[in-house]
Amino acid sequence: MEDTALISQQTMARNTFFRQAFRRLWSSGSARLGLFMVVFLVLVAVIVPLAWPYNPKTDSELTQRLQQPSWSHPFGTDNQGRDIFRRVAHGAPISLRVGLLAVAFGLLVGTVLGMISGFFGGWLDSVIMRIMDIILAFPATLLAIAIVATRGPGLENTMFAIGIVSIPGYARIARSMVMTLIEREYVSAARAIGVAPIVILFKHVLPNGLSPLIVQSTLNIASAVLEAAALGFLGLGAQPPQPEWGAMLSDSYKFLTVGAWWPVLFPGLAIMFTVLGFNLLGDGLRDALDPRMVVKSRRF
Amino acid sequence: MLTYIVRRLLAMVPVLIGVSIIVFLFIHMIPGDPAVAILGERATPESVARMRTELGLDKPIWEQYFIYIGNIFQGDWGRSIRSNTPIIDEIRVKFPATAELAIAAMIIALLIGLPAGIISAARRNSLFDSTAMFVALIGVSMPVFWLGLMLAFLFSVALGWLPFSGRLDSTLVLQTKTGFMVWDALMTANWNALGNSFAHLILPAVTLSTIPMAIIARMTRSSLLEELGQDYVRTAKAMGFNERRVLLGHAMKNASLPVVTTIGLQVGALLSGAILTETIFSWPGIGRWIFSAIQARDYPIVQGAALLITLVFMAVNLLVDISYAFLDPRIRYH
Repeated sequence: MEDTALISQQTMARNTFFRQAFRRLWSSGSARLGLFMVVFLVLVAVIVPLAWPYNPKTDSELTQRLQQPSWSHPFGTDNQGRDIFRRVAHGAPISLRVGLLAVAFGLLVGTVLGMISGFFGGWLDSVIMRIMDIILAFPATLLAIAIVATRGPGLENTMFAIGIVSIPGYARIARSMVMTLIEREYVSAARAIGVAPIVILFKHVLPNGLSPLIVQSTLNIASAVLEAAALGFLGLGAQPPQPEWGAMLSDSYKFLTVGAWWPVLFPGLAIMFTVLGFNLLGDGLRDALDPRMVVKSRRF
Repeated sequence: MLTYIVRRLLAMVPVLIGVSIIVFLFIHMIPGDPAVAILGERATPESVARMRTELGLDKPIWEQYFIYIGNIFQGDWGRSIRSNTPIIDEIRVKFPATAELAIAAMIIALLIGLPAGIISAARRNSLFDSTAMFVALIGVSMPVFWLGLMLAFLFSVALGWLPFSGRLDSTLVLQTKTGFMVWDALMTANWNALGNSFAHLILPAVTLSTIPMAIIARMTRSSLLEELGQDYVRTAKAMGFNERRVLLGHAMKNASLPVVTTIGLQVGALLSGAILTETIFSWPGIGRWIFSAIQARDYPIVQGAALLITLVFMAVNLLVDISYAFLDPRIRYH
């Protein structure tokens, strides 16, 4: 009984903490802008495929090749006569999915590894953290490219590669979080009454150390979207005719020399909008949650 | 000081071993038989068998690893599948091109990023500060290759001011000694080639510099702001020291540790970014080489170039660690 009372007290304290954090987030203009941008993107990603179905395979109209932006084609058309506005809109769910899934994968694996490392210590800690050091020894983009090169191009492998590259960042945060929180009285109490380590870790430690992981994840969505676009541009990510923004750039940059700037400009702006939104939100969250443990985000 | 350096070097050994194992396993991680992956699906069984012996695939994997490491130390980094040239020879030609580009990009990033960060911190919340930080945020939010393409379109296609691709016009001849074209042209007093190679360098170097520039500016600002809030700064100001001297002489010196770390980490970003930047601008360096090797499934090149880039990255990070000891005497005795 007392145990549940303690936990519900903790939950209440957490709720107040997050409510206050949201208030702080809302009071910052740039964070609010970031939040609006992200909400807008999510809405586009959810609504567009439902309200405006699109089949990228049957979209070419060769008579309409490389048309300048106009009323009928606000972003112009590409070298196969496809409406760029439509393709950019349909690229939103792809990029968001890549960003979210890659981050979810890295967050899950990295957090579990880091928590094991910090909780058990000893040789397990040394082995896990040395492996993390080895991953960090490679420049991130290079490692992602090499992983995709071995596993073959495609969106799934892109997400996998980006996720792998981000694991050490989460592992380090989670490890330092566990090592700090494990000294707290409520953890000692839980240990003393014989609560299983896994319950302690996930029920008592993790919820109290979430802030830095939330910040890191938000910023990593931004870099994951950039990374996915880079891989798409190199022909290693999404494959044509999928309307992925990086792949769209790779399709059309050859036509810059004949003066067709619009097939390159708009997908790039879409990438920038997405990344900027998550960066603004992530910076705002960092200030709002004030987690001193946040390790510098790994930029690509 | 020496013990510190030795300790850092020793700490690198397990990481180096791990890195070499991963790079070695790269060829083995490609699904299917590495020999088939190298020769292509239509290879005859005989040529596959020959390739397997040539690569030593018939030996146990740990023995293959030691052979690989032995070869690396003897300068045998394997051969390109397409051209059959030794990879180490190609590296000698291509690495200076990448190094020239990366150094130029880093110089631009430092020349703009550092002062921008310092001024932003000194005039916190001023118009300059908010503009610079907004631009820096845009800088880290932009796909580098996209910026490169837009710059190329503007300055090369639309305005015709700068060349789009390569390092030197094919009409010009330059005796290369170091492989750094701008340097070689300067040393041989070849002014035409100097101007031309410099013009070729501008667009790719500016493109490649954006992310490090933005990150250096942000990092300089935040670590300097942290120092400016310290008691010693207030004391120094109260004692009537010149503001500029307090800022640059005292606060900046203490703020330089995280900035140096950031610069070191950005070298990794530069080397990775070179893959995209070199591809866009047809810059004949390691980055474009890796990209074309991936497309052609010339895996030994990918393996060799990845090892080289990672070693350079590790070496730079080691230098950063060593520079700590110079910047912060406490680390030496820790």
